[in-house]
Amino acid sequence: MTITETQQEIISEFSMFEDWMDKYNYLIEMGKDMPKIDERYKTNNHLISGCQSRVWLHSELKEGKISFTADSDAVITKGIVNLLIRVFSGHTPEEILEANADFIDQIGLKDHLSPTRSNGLVSMLKQMKLYAQVYKLKQDN
Amino acid sequence: MTKFTAGEMLELRAQFPALHQNVYGKPLVYLDNAATTQKPQSVIDRIVAYYSHENTNIHRGVHYLSQQATEAYENARKTVADFINAAVAHEIIFTRGTTESVNLLAGSLKQFLLQEGDSVLISGMEHHSNLVPWQQICLQNKTKLLVAELTNKGEIDLEQFKQLLSQKPKLVAITHISNALGTINPVKEMIRLAHDFGIPVLVDGAQSVAHTTVDVQDLDCDFFVFSGHKMFAPMGIGVLYAKTEWLEKMPPWQFGGEMVDQVSFEETTFNQLPFKFEAGTPYVAGVLGLEAAIKFIRQYDMKSLEAYENGIVRQALEMLQTIPGMRFIGEPIHRAGVISFVVDGTHPSDIGTLVDKMSVAVRTGHHCAQPVMTRFDVPGTVRASFAFYNTEEEVEKLVKAVEKAVSMLR
Repeated sequence: MTITETQQEIISEFSMFEDWMDKYNYLIEMGKDMPKIDERYKTNNHLISGCQSRVWLHSELKEGKISFTADSDAVITKGIVNLLIRVFSGHTPEEILEANADFIDQIGLKDHLSPTRSNGLVSMLKQMKLYAQVYKLKQDN
Repeated sequence: MTKFTAGEMLELRAQFPALHQNVYGKPLVYLDNAATTQKPQSVIDRIVAYYSHENTNIHRGVHYLSQQATEAYENARKTVADFINAAVAHEIIFTRGTTESVNLLAGSLKQFLLQEGDSVLISGMEHHSNLVPWQQICLQNKTKLLVAELTNKGEIDLEQFKQLLSQKPKLVAITHISNALGTINPVKEMIRLAHDFGIPVLVDGAQSVAHTTVDVQDLDCDFFVFSGHKMFAPMGIGVLYAKTEWLEKMPPWQFGGEMVDQVSFEETTFNQLPFKFEAGTPYVAGVLGLEAAIKFIRQYDMKSLEAYENGIVRQALEMLQTIPGMRFIGEPIHRAGVISFVVDGTHPSDIGTLVDKMSVAVRTGHHCAQPVMTRFDVPGTVRASFAFYNTEEEVEKLVKAVEKAVSMLR
Protein backbone atom coordinates (compact mmCIF):
# COMPACT_ATOMS: atom_id res chain seq x y z
CA MET A 1 0.00 0.00 0.00
CA THR A 2 1.34 3.47 -0.82
CA ILE A 3 1.53 6.23 1.75
CA THR A 4 -1.42 7.94 0.11
CA GLU A 5 -3.47 4.74 0.17
CA THR A 6 -2.82 4.19 3.87
CA GLN A 7 -3.81 7.78 4.56
CA GLN A 8 -7.04 7.26 2.61
CA GLU A 9 -7.74 4.12 4.59
CA ILE A 10 -7.29 5.97 7.89
CA ILE A 11 -9.52 8.80 6.67
CA SER A 12 -12.32 6.37 5.87
CA GLU A 13 -11.92 4.65 9.25
CA PHE A 14 -12.20 7.96 11.04
CA SER A 15 -15.22 9.01 8.97
CA MET A 16 -17.23 6.32 10.76
CA PHE A 17 -16.80 7.91 14.16
CA GLU A 18 -19.79 9.88 15.27
CA ASP A 19 -18.25 11.99 17.99
CA TRP A 20 -14.98 12.95 19.60
CA MET A 21 -15.29 10.16 22.16
CA ASP A 22 -15.31 7.42 19.52
CA LYS A 23 -12.33 9.04 17.89
CA TYR A 24 -10.31 9.31 21.09
CA ASN A 25 -11.29 5.84 22.24
CA TYR A 26 -9.89 4.61 18.96
CA LEU A 27 -6.68 6.59 19.42
CA ILE A 28 -6.36 5.21 22.95
CA GLU A 29 -6.84 1.70 21.61
CA MET A 30 -4.20 2.34 18.93
CA GLY A 31 -1.91 3.64 21.64
CA LYS A 32 -2.36 0.55 23.75
CA ASP A 33 -1.88 -1.74 20.73
CA MET A 34 1.30 -0.13 19.51
CA PRO A 35 4.14 -2.64 19.03
CA LYS A 36 6.69 -2.26 21.79
CA ILE A 37 9.90 -0.45 21.11
CA ASP A 38 13.12 -2.21 22.08
CA GLU A 39 13.81 -0.91 25.61
CA ARG A 40 17.39 -0.05 24.69
CA TYR A 41 16.11 2.67 22.36
CA LYS A 42 14.27 4.49 25.12
CA THR A 43 17.18 6.81 25.73
CA ASN A 44 17.55 10.57 25.60
CA ASN A 45 19.04 10.22 22.13
CA HIS A 46 15.72 8.91 20.87
CA LEU A 47 13.60 11.40 22.76
CA ILE A 48 11.67 13.90 20.68
CA SER A 49 11.76 17.41 22.11
CA GLY A 50 8.74 19.66 22.10
CA CYS A 51 6.36 17.08 23.50
CA GLN A 52 4.61 17.42 26.84
CA SER A 53 4.74 13.67 27.17
CA ARG A 54 7.91 11.79 26.43
CA VAL A 55 8.13 10.23 22.95
CA TRP A 56 10.93 7.96 21.83
CA LEU A 57 11.33 7.29 18.13
CA HIS A 58 13.68 4.75 16.59
CA SER A 59 14.23 3.92 12.93
CA GLU A 60 16.02 1.27 10.95
CA LEU A 61 16.72 0.87 7.25
CA LYS A 62 16.01 -2.62 5.97
CA GLU A 63 16.33 -3.42 2.29
CA GLY A 64 15.94 0.19 1.34
CA LYS A 65 12.86 0.76 3.47
CA ILE A 66 12.59 2.55 6.79
CA SER A 67 10.82 0.94 9.71
CA PHE A 68 9.87 3.07 12.68
CA THR A 69 9.20 2.01 16.24
CA ALA A 70 8.20 4.36 19.03
CA ASP A 71 6.84 4.68 22.50
CA SER A 72 5.35 7.38 24.70
CA ASP A 73 4.30 7.61 28.32
CA ALA A 74 1.00 9.19 27.23
CA VAL A 75 -1.43 6.87 25.52
CA ILE A 76 -3.18 9.36 23.21
CA THR A 77 0.18 10.60 22.02
CA LYS A 78 1.11 6.97 21.45
CA GLY A 79 -2.05 6.46 19.39
CA ILE A 80 -1.15 9.39 17.17
CA VAL A 81 2.43 8.14 16.80
CA ASN A 82 1.04 4.74 15.88
CA LEU A 83 -0.99 6.35 13.09
CA LEU A 84 2.12 8.07 11.77
CA ILE A 85 4.06 4.83 11.91
CA ARG A 86 1.28 3.02 10.08
CA VAL A 87 1.48 5.64 7.33
CA PHE A 88 5.22 6.04 6.97
CA SER A 89 6.84 2.81 8.11
CA GLY A 90 7.91 0.38 5.37
CA HIS A 91 8.58 3.03 2.78
CA THR A 92 11.73 4.29 1.10
CA PRO A 93 13.38 7.50 2.28
CA GLU A 94 12.34 9.19 -0.98
CA GLU A 95 8.69 8.24 -0.53
CA ILE A 96 8.68 9.54 3.03
CA LEU A 97 10.37 12.79 2.07
CA GLU A 98 7.85 13.42 -0.71
CA ALA A 99 4.77 12.56 1.32
CA ASN A 100 2.58 15.04 3.15
CA ALA A 101 0.56 14.43 6.30
CA ASP A 102 -2.67 16.07 5.19
CA PHE A 103 -4.72 13.18 6.56
CA ILE A 104 -4.19 14.56 10.08
CA ASP A 105 -6.27 17.56 9.10
CA GLN A 106 -8.92 15.39 7.43
CA ILE A 107 -9.42 13.13 10.42
CA GLY A 108 -10.00 16.15 12.62
CA LEU A 109 -6.79 16.09 14.58
CA LYS A 110 -5.56 19.32 13.12
CA ASP A 111 -5.40 20.97 16.51
CA HIS A 112 -2.74 18.44 17.41
CA LEU A 113 -0.68 19.70 14.48
CA SER A 114 -0.43 23.29 15.58
CA PRO A 115 3.17 24.13 16.40
CA THR A 116 2.11 25.71 19.66
CA ARG A 117 0.46 22.54 20.82
CA SER A 118 2.70 20.84 23.29
CA ASN A 119 2.11 17.23 22.25
CA GLY A 120 4.63 17.72 19.54
CA LEU A 121 3.04 15.97 16.58
CA VAL A 122 4.93 18.45 14.45
CA SER A 123 8.20 17.44 16.10
CA MET A 124 7.41 13.77 15.48
CA LEU A 125 6.76 14.35 11.79
CA LYS A 126 9.89 16.43 11.51
CA GLN A 127 11.93 13.72 13.17
CA MET A 128 10.59 11.04 10.82
CA LYS A 129 11.46 13.17 7.81
CA LEU A 130 14.85 13.87 9.29
CA TYR A 131 15.58 10.17 9.60
CA ALA A 132 14.49 9.74 5.98
CA GLN A 133 16.76 12.57 4.92
CA VAL A 134 19.74 11.02 6.71
CA TYR A 135 19.14 7.59 5.18
CA LYS A 136 18.80 9.17 1.76
CA LEU A 137 22.10 11.01 2.15
CA LYS A 138 23.78 7.79 3.27
CA GLN A 139 22.39 5.96 0.24
CA ASP A 140 23.43 8.73 -2.15
CA ASN A 141 26.95 8.56 -0.84
CA MET B 1 -17.51 39.36 56.71
CA THR B 2 -20.49 39.12 54.43
CA LYS B 3 -21.24 35.89 52.68
CA PHE B 4 -21.94 35.90 48.96
CA THR B 5 -25.28 34.69 47.74
CA ALA B 6 -25.43 32.60 44.59
CA GLY B 7 -27.17 35.50 42.88
CA GLU B 8 -24.38 37.92 43.77
CA MET B 9 -21.78 35.52 42.45
CA LEU B 10 -23.63 35.17 39.15
CA GLU B 11 -23.80 38.94 38.89
CA LEU B 12 -20.06 39.16 39.47
CA ARG B 13 -19.42 36.41 36.95
CA ALA B 14 -21.62 38.11 34.38
CA GLN B 15 -19.09 40.92 34.16
CA PHE B 16 -16.48 38.64 32.55
CA PRO B 17 -17.42 38.30 28.86
CA ALA B 18 -14.83 35.61 28.06
CA LEU B 19 -16.44 33.24 30.57
CA HIS B 20 -19.65 33.27 28.58
CA GLN B 21 -18.74 31.31 25.49
CA ASN B 22 -19.05 27.81 24.18
CA VAL B 23 -16.11 25.63 23.28
CA TYR B 24 -16.82 22.44 21.35
CA GLY B 25 -20.49 23.38 21.61
CA LYS B 26 -20.66 23.50 25.40
CA PRO B 27 -20.18 26.29 27.94
CA LEU B 28 -16.52 26.88 28.72
CA VAL B 29 -15.37 25.85 32.18
CA TYR B 30 -12.31 28.00 32.73
CA LEU B 31 -10.01 26.55 35.37
CA ASP B 32 -6.66 27.89 34.25
CA ASN B 33 -6.67 30.99 36.40
CA ALA B 34 -3.18 30.46 37.75
CA ALA B 35 -1.94 30.94 34.18
CA THR B 36 -4.06 34.00 33.59
CA THR B 37 -7.43 35.28 34.76
CA GLN B 38 -10.20 36.58 32.54
CA LYS B 39 -10.92 40.31 32.43
CA PRO B 40 -14.04 42.08 33.62
CA GLN B 41 -15.78 44.42 31.18
CA SER B 42 -14.68 47.45 33.21
CA VAL B 43 -11.01 46.62 32.55
CA ILE B 44 -11.65 46.10 28.84
CA ASP B 45 -13.63 49.35 28.68
CA ARG B 46 -10.87 51.26 30.42
CA ILE B 47 -8.31 50.24 27.80
CA VAL B 48 -10.68 51.09 24.97
CA ALA B 49 -11.46 54.47 26.53
CA TYR B 50 -7.78 55.27 26.90
CA TYR B 51 -6.99 54.59 23.27
CA SER B 52 -10.25 56.17 22.09
CA HIS B 53 -9.92 59.47 23.92
CA GLU B 54 -6.83 59.83 26.09
CA ASN B 55 -3.89 58.40 24.17
CA THR B 56 -0.76 60.51 24.38
CA ASN B 57 2.73 60.25 25.75
CA ILE B 58 3.08 61.11 29.40
CA HIS B 59 5.46 63.02 31.67
CA ARG B 60 6.80 65.30 28.99
CA GLY B 61 4.04 67.26 27.36
CA VAL B 62 2.67 70.61 28.35
CA HIS B 63 -0.47 70.05 26.32
CA TYR B 64 -3.82 69.17 27.81
CA LEU B 65 -3.99 65.49 26.85
CA SER B 66 -0.49 64.80 28.10
CA GLN B 67 -1.21 66.39 31.43
CA GLN B 68 -4.44 64.43 31.78
CA ALA B 69 -2.79 61.14 30.92
CA THR B 70 0.15 61.82 33.23
CA GLU B 71 -2.24 62.53 36.06
CA ALA B 72 -4.24 59.37 35.35
CA TYR B 73 -1.04 57.32 35.23
CA GLU B 74 0.26 58.71 38.51
CA ASN B 75 -3.14 58.30 40.15
CA ALA B 76 -3.06 54.66 39.13
CA ARG B 77 0.29 54.35 40.86
CA LYS B 78 -1.37 55.64 44.04
CA THR B 79 -4.21 53.14 43.62
CA VAL B 80 -1.73 50.28 43.32
CA ALA B 81 0.25 51.55 46.33
CA ASP B 82 -2.96 51.70 48.32
CA PHE B 83 -4.00 48.22 47.14
CA ILE B 84 -0.93 46.54 48.63
CA ASN B 85 -0.55 49.21 51.33
CA ALA B 86 2.81 50.56 50.23
CA ALA B 87 3.95 53.50 52.35
CA VAL B 88 4.38 55.87 49.38
CA ALA B 89 3.42 55.76 45.72
CA HIS B 90 7.02 55.96 44.44
CA GLU B 91 7.63 52.51 45.90
CA ILE B 92 5.54 51.15 43.03
CA ILE B 93 7.58 50.57 39.87
CA PHE B 94 5.66 49.53 36.77
CA THR B 95 7.11 46.65 34.76
CA ARG B 96 5.88 44.16 32.17
CA GLY B 97 5.10 41.54 34.77
CA THR B 98 6.48 39.39 37.55
CA THR B 99 9.31 38.11 35.38
CA GLU B 100 10.48 41.58 34.44
CA SER B 101 10.15 42.74 38.04
CA VAL B 102 12.44 39.94 39.21
CA ASN B 103 14.87 40.67 36.40
CA LEU B 104 14.90 44.37 37.29
CA LEU B 105 15.65 43.54 40.88
CA ALA B 106 18.25 40.93 40.05
CA GLY B 107 19.88 43.18 37.44
CA SER B 108 20.14 46.00 39.93
CA LEU B 109 21.13 44.06 43.04
CA LYS B 110 23.86 42.18 41.22
CA GLN B 111 25.71 45.45 40.82
CA PHE B 112 26.24 46.03 44.51
CA LEU B 113 24.76 43.31 46.70
CA LEU B 114 25.52 39.93 45.22
CA GLN B 115 29.26 39.49 44.91
CA GLU B 116 31.58 36.53 44.61
CA GLY B 117 31.19 34.25 47.59
CA ASP B 118 27.75 35.62 48.54
CA SER B 119 24.58 33.57 48.31
CA VAL B 120 20.89 33.93 47.45
CA LEU B 121 18.28 31.75 49.12
CA ILE B 122 15.22 30.60 47.17
CA SER B 123 12.80 27.74 47.81
CA GLY B 124 12.27 24.46 46.01
CA MET B 125 8.81 25.55 44.84
CA GLU B 126 9.77 28.66 42.87
CA HIS B 127 8.44 28.93 39.35
CA HIS B 128 11.02 29.66 36.70
CA SER B 129 10.58 33.43 36.84
CA ASN B 130 11.77 33.57 40.45
CA LEU B 131 14.43 30.96 39.90
CA VAL B 132 16.19 31.39 36.56
CA PRO B 133 17.05 35.13 37.02
CA TRP B 134 18.72 34.38 40.37
CA GLN B 135 20.42 31.29 39.07
CA GLN B 136 21.85 33.15 36.09
CA ILE B 137 23.06 36.07 38.18
CA CYS B 138 24.62 33.65 40.62
CA LEU B 139 26.48 32.07 37.71
CA GLN B 140 27.63 35.47 36.44
CA ASN B 141 28.73 36.77 39.82
CA LYS B 142 30.01 33.48 41.22
CA THR B 143 27.32 33.74 43.87
CA LYS B 144 25.87 30.63 45.44
CA LEU B 145 22.20 29.66 45.03
CA LEU B 146 20.78 28.06 48.17
CA VAL B 147 17.50 26.16 47.93
CA ALA B 148 15.13 25.58 50.84
CA GLU B 149 13.79 22.06 50.49
CA LEU B 150 10.17 20.95 50.40
CA THR B 151 8.46 18.44 52.63
CA ASN B 152 6.45 15.59 51.13
CA LYS B 153 3.31 17.68 51.68
CA GLY B 154 4.75 20.39 49.46
CA GLU B 155 5.55 22.90 52.16
CA ILE B 156 8.86 24.64 52.77
CA ASP B 157 10.86 22.82 55.45
CA LEU B 158 11.11 25.70 57.92
CA GLU B 159 13.80 24.06 60.04
CA GLN B 160 16.06 23.69 57.05
CA PHE B 161 15.12 27.23 55.95
CA LYS B 162 16.37 28.52 59.31
CA GLN B 163 19.62 26.59 58.94
CA LEU B 164 20.15 28.11 55.50
CA LEU B 165 19.52 31.58 56.90
CA SER B 166 22.42 31.07 59.27
CA GLN B 167 24.64 30.88 56.19
CA LYS B 168 23.81 34.58 55.83
CA PRO B 169 22.55 34.77 52.23
CA LYS B 170 22.37 38.32 50.88
CA LEU B 171 18.76 37.89 49.78
CA VAL B 172 15.81 35.57 50.32
CA ALA B 173 13.48 35.20 47.31
CA ILE B 174 10.34 33.17 47.97
CA THR B 175 6.92 32.75 46.48
CA HIS B 176 3.85 33.75 48.45
CA ILE B 177 1.71 31.01 46.88
CA SER B 178 3.03 28.12 44.79
CA ASN B 179 1.58 28.02 41.26
CA ALA B 180 2.27 24.29 41.01
CA LEU B 181 1.23 23.05 44.45
CA GLY B 182 -1.14 25.68 45.79
CA THR B 183 0.84 26.04 49.00
CA ILE B 184 0.46 29.33 50.86
CA ASN B 185 3.82 29.99 52.47
CA PRO B 186 4.03 31.55 55.93
CA VAL B 187 5.84 34.51 54.37
CA LYS B 188 5.31 36.84 57.30
CA GLU B 189 7.07 34.45 59.64
CA MET B 190 9.78 33.71 57.08
CA ILE B 191 10.41 37.44 56.60
CA ARG B 192 10.71 37.90 60.36
CA LEU B 193 13.20 35.03 60.56
CA ALA B 194 15.24 36.46 57.69
CA HIS B 195 15.19 39.94 59.17
CA ASP B 196 16.56 38.52 62.43
CA PHE B 197 19.68 37.81 60.39
CA GLY B 198 19.45 41.18 58.63
CA ILE B 199 18.57 39.57 55.31
CA PRO B 200 16.17 41.34 52.90
CA VAL B 201 13.27 39.36 51.43
CA LEU B 202 11.59 39.36 48.03
CA VAL B 203 8.09 37.92 47.96
CA ASP B 204 6.79 36.71 44.61
CA GLY B 205 3.11 37.60 44.72
CA ALA B 206 2.18 36.43 41.20
CA GLN B 207 -0.33 33.95 42.61
CA SER B 208 -1.42 35.82 45.69
CA VAL B 209 -2.66 39.30 44.80
CA ALA B 210 -5.85 38.08 43.17
CA HIS B 211 -6.71 35.70 45.97
CA THR B 212 -5.88 37.30 49.27
CA THR B 213 -5.31 40.71 50.84
CA VAL B 214 -1.68 41.77 50.58
CA ASP B 215 -0.28 44.33 52.98
CA VAL B 216 3.42 44.85 52.24
CA GLN B 217 3.95 46.92 55.38
CA ASP B 218 2.38 44.28 57.58
CA LEU B 219 4.43 41.56 55.88
CA ASP B 220 7.44 43.85 56.15
CA CYS B 221 8.86 42.41 52.92
CA ASP B 222 11.59 44.43 51.27
CA PHE B 223 10.41 43.62 47.76
CA PHE B 224 7.13 42.33 46.35
CA VAL B 225 6.43 41.50 42.70
CA PHE B 226 3.27 40.64 40.79
CA SER B 227 1.64 40.58 37.34
CA GLY B 228 -1.53 42.37 36.37
CA HIS B 229 -2.85 39.63 34.12
CA LYS B 230 -3.23 37.12 36.94
CA MET B 231 -5.44 39.59 38.80
CA PHE B 232 -7.99 40.45 36.10
CA ALA B 233 -5.84 43.23 34.55
CA PRO B 234 -4.27 43.29 31.07
CA MET B 235 -1.27 41.20 30.06
CA GLY B 236 2.00 43.10 29.90
CA ILE B 237 1.71 45.15 33.07
CA GLY B 238 3.31 44.23 36.36
CA VAL B 239 4.69 45.75 39.51
CA LEU B 240 7.86 45.80 41.52
CA TYR B 241 7.30 47.12 45.02
CA ALA B 242 10.43 47.98 46.97
CA LYS B 243 10.99 49.85 50.20
CA THR B 244 12.28 53.38 49.57
CA GLU B 245 15.56 52.67 51.35
CA TRP B 246 16.27 49.97 48.77
CA LEU B 247 15.13 51.96 45.76
CA GLU B 248 17.49 54.76 46.78
CA LYS B 249 20.41 52.35 46.97
CA MET B 250 19.59 50.47 43.77
CA PRO B 251 21.21 51.55 40.50
CA PRO B 252 18.95 51.67 37.44
CA TRP B 253 18.56 48.52 35.40
CA GLN B 254 17.50 49.78 32.00
CA PHE B 255 18.52 53.06 30.45
CA GLY B 256 16.88 55.46 28.05
CA GLY B 257 14.29 58.18 28.08
CA GLU B 258 12.00 58.98 31.01
CA MET B 259 14.49 57.72 33.58
CA VAL B 260 16.97 60.59 33.14
CA ASP B 261 17.45 64.05 34.60
CA GLN B 262 20.39 65.74 32.79
CA VAL B 263 22.00 64.17 29.75
CA SER B 264 25.20 65.19 27.99
CA PHE B 265 27.50 63.11 25.82
CA GLU B 266 29.80 62.67 28.77
CA GLU B 267 27.37 61.76 31.50
CA THR B 268 23.77 61.38 32.62
CA THR B 269 22.13 62.04 35.93
CA PHE B 270 19.11 59.96 36.70
CA ASN B 271 15.58 60.98 37.46
CA GLN B 272 14.07 60.71 40.91
CA LEU B 273 12.03 57.77 42.19
CA PRO B 274 10.16 55.98 40.78
CA PHE B 275 11.11 57.21 37.29
CA LYS B 276 14.73 56.10 37.36
CA PHE B 277 13.44 52.53 37.08
CA GLU B 278 10.95 53.17 34.29
CA ALA B 279 12.99 53.67 31.13
CA GLY B 280 11.14 54.45 27.92
CA THR B 281 7.48 55.12 27.23
CA PRO B 282 5.46 53.14 29.73
CA TYR B 283 2.44 50.94 29.08
CA VAL B 284 -0.08 53.59 30.08
CA ALA B 285 -3.16 51.67 28.96
CA GLY B 286 -1.96 48.66 30.94
CA VAL B 287 -1.45 50.75 34.05
CA LEU B 288 -4.95 52.19 33.73
CA GLY B 289 -6.31 48.69 33.11
CA LEU B 290 -4.56 47.52 36.26
CA GLU B 291 -6.17 50.33 38.18
CA ALA B 292 -9.57 49.34 36.79
CA ALA B 293 -8.96 45.75 37.91
CA ILE B 294 -8.13 46.93 41.43
CA LYS B 295 -11.27 49.04 41.48
CA PHE B 296 -13.24 46.02 40.32
CA ILE B 297 -11.87 43.83 43.13
CA ARG B 298 -12.40 46.57 45.68
CA GLN B 299 -16.12 46.71 45.04
CA TYR B 300 -16.22 43.48 46.97
CA ASP B 301 -15.07 42.44 50.40
CA MET B 302 -11.81 40.58 49.74
CA LYS B 303 -12.27 38.34 52.78
CA SER B 304 -15.65 37.22 51.46
CA LEU B 305 -14.25 36.56 47.99
CA GLU B 306 -11.46 34.53 49.53
CA ALA B 307 -13.89 32.55 51.68
CA TYR B 308 -16.07 31.83 48.66
CA GLU B 309 -13.09 30.71 46.57
CA ASN B 310 -11.80 28.51 49.41
CA GLY B 311 -15.22 26.85 49.56
CA ILE B 312 -15.05 26.03 45.86
CA VAL B 313 -11.54 24.61 46.22
CA ARG B 314 -12.56 22.48 49.22
CA GLN B 315 -15.49 21.11 47.26
CA ALA B 316 -13.18 20.28 44.34
CA LEU B 317 -10.68 18.52 46.60
CA GLU B 318 -13.39 16.45 48.27
CA MET B 319 -14.99 15.43 45.00
CA LEU B 320 -11.75 14.72 43.13
CA GLN B 321 -10.55 12.58 46.02
CA THR B 322 -13.28 10.03 45.31
CA ILE B 323 -11.73 9.18 41.92
CA PRO B 324 -9.75 5.93 42.28
CA GLY B 325 -6.00 6.46 41.89
CA MET B 326 -6.26 10.22 42.52
CA ARG B 327 -3.04 11.62 43.93
CA PHE B 328 -2.72 15.29 44.85
CA ILE B 329 0.73 16.73 44.31
CA GLY B 330 1.06 19.09 47.20
CA GLU B 331 -1.15 18.62 50.22
CA PRO B 332 -0.39 21.75 52.19
CA ILE B 333 -2.36 22.71 55.25
CA HIS B 334 -2.75 26.21 53.84
CA ARG B 335 -3.84 25.98 50.23
CA ALA B 336 -4.87 28.64 47.75
CA GLY B 337 -6.91 28.10 44.59
CA VAL B 338 -4.59 25.62 42.92
CA ILE B 339 -5.08 21.85 42.80
CA SER B 340 -2.37 19.78 41.13
CA PHE B 341 -2.93 16.09 40.64
CA VAL B 342 -2.04 12.92 38.82
CA VAL B 343 -4.19 9.82 38.49
CA ASP B 344 -2.38 6.51 38.76
CA GLY B 345 -2.25 4.67 35.45
CA THR B 346 -2.83 7.76 33.34
CA HIS B 347 -0.67 10.54 31.94
CA PRO B 348 -1.53 14.15 32.77
CA SER B 349 -1.38 15.22 29.13
CA ASP B 350 -3.96 12.54 28.19
CA ILE B 351 -6.31 13.74 30.90
CA GLY B 352 -5.81 17.32 29.78
CA THR B 353 -6.56 16.44 26.14
CA LEU B 354 -9.76 14.61 27.03
CA VAL B 355 -11.19 17.08 29.55
CA ASP B 356 -10.53 19.83 27.01
CA LYS B 357 -12.86 18.00 24.63
CA MET B 358 -15.44 18.20 27.43
CA SER B 359 -15.02 22.01 27.44
CA VAL B 360 -12.99 22.09 30.65
CA ALA B 361 -9.84 24.19 30.46
CA VAL B 362 -7.15 22.97 32.82
CA ARG B 363 -3.41 23.04 32.42
CA THR B 364 -1.14 20.05 32.17
CA GLY B 365 2.62 19.87 32.28
CA HIS B 366 5.27 21.22 34.57
CA HIS B 367 3.69 24.66 35.12
CA CYS B 368 7.02 26.41 34.61
CA ALA B 369 8.27 24.79 37.78
CA GLN B 370 10.28 21.82 36.53
CA PRO B 371 12.26 21.33 39.77
CA VAL B 372 8.95 20.88 41.62
CA MET B 373 7.98 18.07 39.24
CA THR B 374 11.39 16.46 39.75
CA ARG B 375 10.99 16.74 43.53
CA PHE B 376 7.70 14.84 43.42
CA ASP B 377 8.91 12.47 40.71
CA VAL B 378 6.07 13.14 38.26
CA PRO B 379 6.34 14.01 34.55
CA GLY B 380 3.88 16.80 35.15
CA THR B 381 0.48 17.25 36.71
CA VAL B 382 -3.04 18.24 35.79
CA ARG B 383 -3.68 21.59 37.39
CA ALA B 384 -7.09 23.06 38.04
CA SER B 385 -6.82 26.62 39.29
CA PHE B 386 -9.69 28.71 40.48
CA ALA B 387 -10.85 32.29 40.75
CA PHE B 388 -13.77 33.76 42.62
CA TYR B 389 -15.91 33.69 39.47
CA ASN B 390 -15.89 29.90 39.30
CA THR B 391 -19.02 28.09 40.43
CA GLU B 392 -19.93 24.88 42.23
CA GLU B 393 -21.50 23.68 39.01
CA GLU B 394 -18.16 24.11 37.26
CA VAL B 395 -16.43 22.06 39.94
CA GLU B 396 -18.95 19.28 39.29
CA LYS B 397 -18.25 19.50 35.55
CA LEU B 398 -14.50 19.27 36.19
CA VAL B 399 -14.90 16.19 38.36
CA LYS B 400 -17.22 14.48 35.88
CA ALA B 401 -14.84 15.26 33.01
CA VAL B 402 -11.84 13.85 34.91
CA GLU B 403 -13.84 10.74 35.86
CA LYS B 404 -14.82 10.17 32.26
CA ALA B 405 -11.28 10.77 30.99
CA VAL B 406 -9.88 8.29 33.51
CA SER B 407 -12.44 5.66 32.55
CA MET B 408 -11.54 6.10 28.87
CA LEU B 409 -7.83 5.85 29.56
CA ARG B 410 -7.83 2.80 31.79
